[in-house]
Amino acid sequence: MIERRPVLDIITHLVLIVGVVIIAFPIYVTFVASTQTAQEVARAPMSLLPGSHFFENYWKVLVGDAANTPPVARMMWISTVMALVIAIGKIAISMLSAFAVVYFRFRFRMFFFWMIFVTLMLPVEVRIAPTYKVVADLGMLNSYAGLTLPLIASATATFLFRQFFLTVPDELIEAARIDGAGPMRFFWDVLLPLSRTSIAALFVIQFIYGWNQYLWPLIITTHENMYPVVIGIKRMIAGGDSVTEWNLVMATALLAMIPPVAVVVFMQKWFVKGLVDAEK
Amino acid sequence: MATLSFRNVTKTYPNGVAVIHGIDMDVSDGEFIVIVGPSGCGKSTLMRMVAGLESITGGEISIGDKVVNRLEPAERDIAMVFQNYALYPHMSVFDNMAYGLKIRKLPKAEIQNKVQDAARILELSHLLDRRPGQLSGGQRQRVAMGRAIVRDPKVFLFDEPLSNLDAKLRVQMRLEIQKLHRRLGTTSLYVTHDQVEAMTLAQRMVVMNKGIPEQIGTPVEVFERPASVFVASFIGSPPMNLIPVQIDAQRRILDDNGTALELDSAQVPPSLLGRKALMGIRPEHIKLHARGIPVTVEMVEVLGSEQLIHGRHGDTPIVVRCPIGLTREYPLQIGEAIQLGADSDHALHWFDPDTGKRIDN
Repeated sequence: MIERRPVLDIITHLVLIVGVVIIAFPIYVTFVASTQTAQEVARAPMSLLPGSHFFENYWKVLVGDAANTPPVARMMWISTVMALVIAIGKIAISMLSAFAVVYFRFRFRMFFFWMIFVTLMLPVEVRIAPTYKVVADLGMLNSYAGLTLPLIASATATFLFRQFFLTVPDELIEAARIDGAGPMRFFWDVLLPLSRTSIAALFVIQFIYGWNQYLWPLIITTHENMYPVVIGIKRMIAGGDSVTEWNLVMATALLAMIPPVAVVVFMQKWFVKGLVDAEK
Repeated sequence: MATLSFRNVTKTYPNGVAVIHGIDMDVSDGEFIVIVGPSGCGKSTLMRMVAGLESITGGEISIGDKVVNRLEPAERDIAMVFQNYALYPHMSVFDNMAYGLKIRKLPKAEIQNKVQDAARILELSHLLDRRPGQLSGGQRQRVAMGRAIVRDPKVFLFDEPLSNLDAKLRVQMRLEIQKLHRRLGTTSLYVTHDQVEAMTLAQRMVVMNKGIPEQIGTPVEVFERPASVFVASFIGSPPMNLIPVQIDAQRRILDDNGTALELDSAQVPPSLLGRKALMGIRPEHIKLHARGIPVTVEMVEVLGSEQLIHGRHGDTPIVVRCPIGLTREYPLQIGEAIQLGADSDHALHWFDPDTGKRIDN
């Protein structure tokens, strides 16, 4: 690894460059397509140079002249709210439940922990029918609550926080008790600041998880006006008789990519730190 | 400041393991008490019971006139210094010290004053903005002490505060703790397994063994008149030599083989006549080139100005500590047979071989 061999260097770079190209090229094509007219995109072979309709296309999708869907701006808003509520809600709920499981002795403590743990094995898809029934009965179809609440409980995050809390030295809570801090005070003043990096890492993961939800919103939203952007893209690709305006689809796809990328870029430093080490 | 008293205090864990078997002790106002003992003797548990971090199974602990058995740690008016410092890693030194005061909702200005004062005493003033992670071990320990000082508690609790420091720093911090106590005069309870710390810091020390206080007394008392075999072998380095002997009706001291030792037997307690006993003598109180106990030399360790002579009398190992000059003219040979005497007739200690208790008369 530490050897200095020019040939090896060239090979490693080559492999990396090939990898980057493989990943970046489709995105580039998406971008190029989003700057052309529908006819230009449909022509084979498609030109690989950016066209001149950048503003026109993006404006069109954002304020919503496109067929079949509400304005992308609206859908992006829905997606953002959904991703944020899911990410923040998950972190809040799982931190509190991990706090309870680690720091309090109560009857059936381990039983509850294992209950939470077992649900790790159940992905959304498995419990989607009963969950739909519950949400529908509660009248939460086509609402933010319906979009987010069922996705907030998270065994993974609870487990992660539990593991982190277990590494916090016992003396810290004892010192806090002697200082006169009650449990919630300890949670706010000590545990929460210590968990910063874990929170950041989880936020990134959960934001993207929330943003990428497809199946659940597909089932519980029937009004266009509550579609998240991922659904919107699918709806734009028309089947049957109408023509798909690929340039607009591509523009929407690119727009949908921006928030998750932004979250990753801005939080990258903390994200990596949270995954690699627990600051103690 | 306050007194601290233990009334028949016991501790049994929920799983039935008893770790403290009944302690009665009064600590007077401003006294510095050191609890010393091997690991697992219950000394830390006892301290944590005072702090309120462990429940008290039986008996009463009072601080001042108030029984604190059922009080939360924060209500007991104590402050504790932990072995691993237990500083809040995300707070500055200032915030670490101020945290307890903030929770008690003291006015900002007062917090500021108290922390500044404590920082000055501990020479931390220039470090107040740092995080604990940026400090050395000794500095962290001082912050931990600062956190205790600002509370102005009735009792200070120190739980092996110097164990994580290197040897040199330990000596220095030991002196600082002593100075601090002289300056503040707060009643203090200090737990350690290091007998040097115990001897140097304590006004009175408690030697604990298996959940029982074997002896409570001043360091000099404990050293000069150990109450049991355990104390005799725990305090002192190297530990006291213990030789199984038999006293016959003529007051002669016979060893295992029935050979009479040529020691002055005037001080042998009368109750031991005709009985077996353990005879103790400190390595420092053995005289070379004197009649007494025949010993074969096995090894000599030079410590600098002093030396340790390891020998064997029959099956019993014997250690002598003496100035290096004593053997300069006639260096000892390995395997050489020598005679060792006691340097005074008070140098001998007598213990019951069955109970391990000291016998004085």
